[in-house]
Amino acid sequence: MSEIGPKVTKARYDFHGGIHPPENKQLTRDRPIRDLPLMARYVLPLHMHIGASARPVVKVGERVGKGQVLAQATDFISATIHAPTSGTVVAIDDHLIPHPGGLRAPSILLESDGDDLWADMLEPWPDYQTHSPTALRSRLRESGVVGLGGAVFPTAAKLATGPAQVTTLVLNGAECEPYITCDDRLMRESPADIVAGARIALHMLGATQCLIGIEDNKPESLTAMRTAVAEDPRFAVVSVPTRYPAGGEKQLIRMLTGIEVPRGRRATEYGLLCLNVATVASVYQAVVHGLPVIDRIVTLTGGGVVQPDNFKVRIGTLMNDVLTAAGGYRAGVDRLIMGGPMMGFSLPDDTVPVVKATNCMLALRPEDRPEEPAPQPCIRCSLCAEACPADLLPQQLYWYARSRQFDRAVAYHLFDCIECGVCTAVCPSHIPLVDYYRFAKTEVWAQEREKSKATVARDRFEFRKERLERQKAEREAALNKKRQALEAKAAKAVQTPKPPGDTPAEPQTSTETAAGEAAYGEYRPGHAPIDTRLDSAVEAARARSKARRAALEAQRTEAPIPESDDESEKI
Amino acid sequence: MTEYVLILISTVLVNNFVLVKFLGLCPFFGVSKKIETAIGMSMATTFVLTLSAIASYLTETYLLEPLGLAYLRTIMFIVVIAVVVNFTEMVVRKTSPLLHNVLGIYLPLITTNCAVLGVALLNVQQAHNFTESALYGFGASLGFSMVLILFSALRERVNAADVPLAFEGVPIALITAGLMALGFMGFAGMVKA
Amino acid sequence: MLTAILVSAGLALVFGILLGVAAQWFHVDGNPLAEKIDAILPQTQCGQCGFPGCRPYAEAIASGQADINQCPPGGETTIKNLADLLGVEPKPLNAENGSEKEVPLVAVIDEAVCIGCTKCIQACPVDAILGAAKQMHTVITDECTGCELCLAPCPVDCIDMVPVHGSVDDYRFPLPASAQSAVPDVTAAPRPAPESAHV
Repeated sequence: MSEIGPKVTKARYDFHGGIHPPENKQLTRDRPIRDLPLMARYVLPLHMHIGASARPVVKVGERVGKGQVLAQATDFISATIHAPTSGTVVAIDDHLIPHPGGLRAPSILLESDGDDLWADMLEPWPDYQTHSPTALRSRLRESGVVGLGGAVFPTAAKLATGPAQVTTLVLNGAECEPYITCDDRLMRESPADIVAGARIALHMLGATQCLIGIEDNKPESLTAMRTAVAEDPRFAVVSVPTRYPAGGEKQLIRMLTGIEVPRGRRATEYGLLCLNVATVASVYQAVVHGLPVIDRIVTLTGGGVVQPDNFKVRIGTLMNDVLTAAGGYRAGVDRLIMGGPMMGFSLPDDTVPVVKATNCMLALRPEDRPEEPAPQPCIRCSLCAEACPADLLPQQLYWYARSRQFDRAVAYHLFDCIECGVCTAVCPSHIPLVDYYRFAKTEVWAQEREKSKATVARDRFEFRKERLERQKAEREAALNKKRQALEAKAAKAVQTPKPPGDTPAEPQTSTETAAGEAAYGEYRPGHAPIDTRLDSAVEAARARSKARRAALEAQRTEAPIPESDDESEKI
Repeated sequence: MTEYVLILISTVLVNNFVLVKFLGLCPFFGVSKKIETAIGMSMATTFVLTLSAIASYLTETYLLEPLGLAYLRTIMFIVVIAVVVNFTEMVVRKTSPLLHNVLGIYLPLITTNCAVLGVALLNVQQAHNFTESALYGFGASLGFSMVLILFSALRERVNAADVPLAFEGVPIALITAGLMALGFMGFAGMVKA
Repeated sequence: MLTAILVSAGLALVFGILLGVAAQWFHVDGNPLAEKIDAILPQTQCGQCGFPGCRPYAEAIASGQADINQCPPGGETTIKNLADLLGVEPKPLNAENGSEKEVPLVAVIDEAVCIGCTKCIQACPVDAILGAAKQMHTVITDECTGCELCLAPCPVDCIDMVPVHGSVDDYRFPLPASAQSAVPDVTAAPRPAPESAHV
């Protein structure tokens, strides 16, 4: 272990719980970051970030340049998506995405032309201090900068702290999950980029100090970052004890500052903001060089790959392409996990693209992971509560999630669970606790959606009732008015003898009434249509439509229509 | 002063009306499925018990005893309790229709809750004065509430757990209540009933 | 003996007056319970429960005229929530009213066949169909509750019920398999209860 410089301090505080899983970082921690060759095709899902999906701004068949905007950020919390290389947009369609349920989602399929030519880029801003934080945030949004630690929260929205004044920027270089070494390599190879990006973030936030938290199993990174911050008094590099999940935002903040951010509150309310080191490096690239986010570092590792390595992968590269370029699988591999062994999820298929959240691809054979016996009954030992880094009661959450008492689960702070997986790892009965919490969370969200849908439906129903009553009242009023006008006319006609030549009142009103009724005829509920010609017209239409439908059915069985050809519906 | 403290300890813990004297078991089992209902029921019963203990004492001392109508005690007490319960029902219906619907039949059944009549009669039997009667009623309701809420918390947990099929529902609830009663035996003998 | 009668009568009179006054003071108007029940119902307004809409059904439940298990779109979740609210035992869905669908369905109009007669527009209880006479009709998918009331009036039978197009935002994680065989699902209908009072 190399010496850590004098300015590297040790963390003075600690967080509750946590575990020490086998690190397995030796597979890739000393492999420098490599580039991958250009692939033939790339798939860019439109929803690679937290928030609203991006909206495509290119058409099928359009030629695009490297770094060109393919899809524009929509809401305030949204991010832009750029082309990883030059080529042609071949389709905007559903494609398999990395998701535990094996879902498909709207994506842009790009075929590369091999030239890898840049499109027009944004103006480089080496003098970023002259630009306002708002302009800089706009730049980040246009460049598609999102949190690269795994949460993929749009950084522009994160830095828009509003009235809260952030005084301390925390850089998360902990990388606590086993196997993953992408941040470690980035800190060792490009520490200057990270520090430059941090300086930009400090300027944008108006913050005065920056704490960089790195686990003590990365002595080279500690030294590299310490050297990179040089004598800048605003920066401090702090080594935190290696324990999973030291890289959790609230856990890291607690270790570096001693501040416990309570449930339901944000770190910004305490003057803190936490960014991943790779994120700030991309902030630097976007602001100073005008480069959009089109690639990221991915660790490809595990006993199931021939050569574990760290790659700079373009966003949208299909995972099987990455694996082929890296040497392929080893025999016996049965699982490909996106992410690490604690928080990652198994991919049902490897033809999914690398997205902005992909920090690691982990291929495992049965001998690379501990045995997973079938779950046994809970013995209420509460080891899970002892280990939970978020100070929750996993056992209670388990019982409530299981018996579908979701209101109680939420009362026990279900939504404060960070799904780190520590409880599942320590459970002596091998109960998949985190899966229960994920189930409970999605059920609660589904219930909320149904409730709001029901409220809207009720409002529409009430409004429709009102509307029908109003129409009825208007019709009654109109008819009454006509009747009164009739009676007035009739009264006048009785008093004054009609001059010859005038059309008598009666026939006039009957045509009026007939015309009026004909106009309302179709819309009067419960009344048969006045015009009997309508009946035969309907019959004729019925016969025609039956024939047309039969013809269409015959057509469709020969050539099935694709699921949905209306893209705007999906986005 | 010590007598009052002793009365409270006696009614709440040592001679708990539900688990030691076995009075008032009907709402104890009927309303203990959820903690929120149990809390609502405890508040209603506290109100009724305290008020009817006082009212029965007053009826006994100023009406029945001086006029030598001791033989009317039972029916008069029941009438007093019924009036208090009726009044409570109206208040509950007004303030919380939800609680009223959830308590259902158990709210008017406080009338025939043997604990309520038991308190009234025991007050006479033990010749309590006004303060003692009131405290006895209040202490009894405190003990009842405490045990009801504790039991409902236990029941909620048990219902979410893995109970063998044959014991699901009422059987395991009765077993739990029995074990609670066992626990309360630890207080036996501290204060004379 | 006279004293006994007088005392009893006197007390009865006093208590009667007391209760009568209290009944006036604590008089409750309307039926707030129906509102709470209505908030639980799914607002499909389909009429499968036998009542013309969700609000009438809610009022019927509140007054004890209808049972809690008549709503197929609400399914077991609604029955369980109603049971919790009213403090009764949940029971299985009444098969006479219909069956619960596994996946939510929405109506889709086949535009090639639609003749623009507006009959479906008039039938839709939540005004989820857009269109006018002799103009193309279309169902606004987000507003469709799947009540199927538009299928019958259509003279050319051009409306189909299709499963909703799911997305990543709607994804629901499944309940993990458990060691125990009898998972205490409190939404499940219990064994037939005995005739005695619910305990």
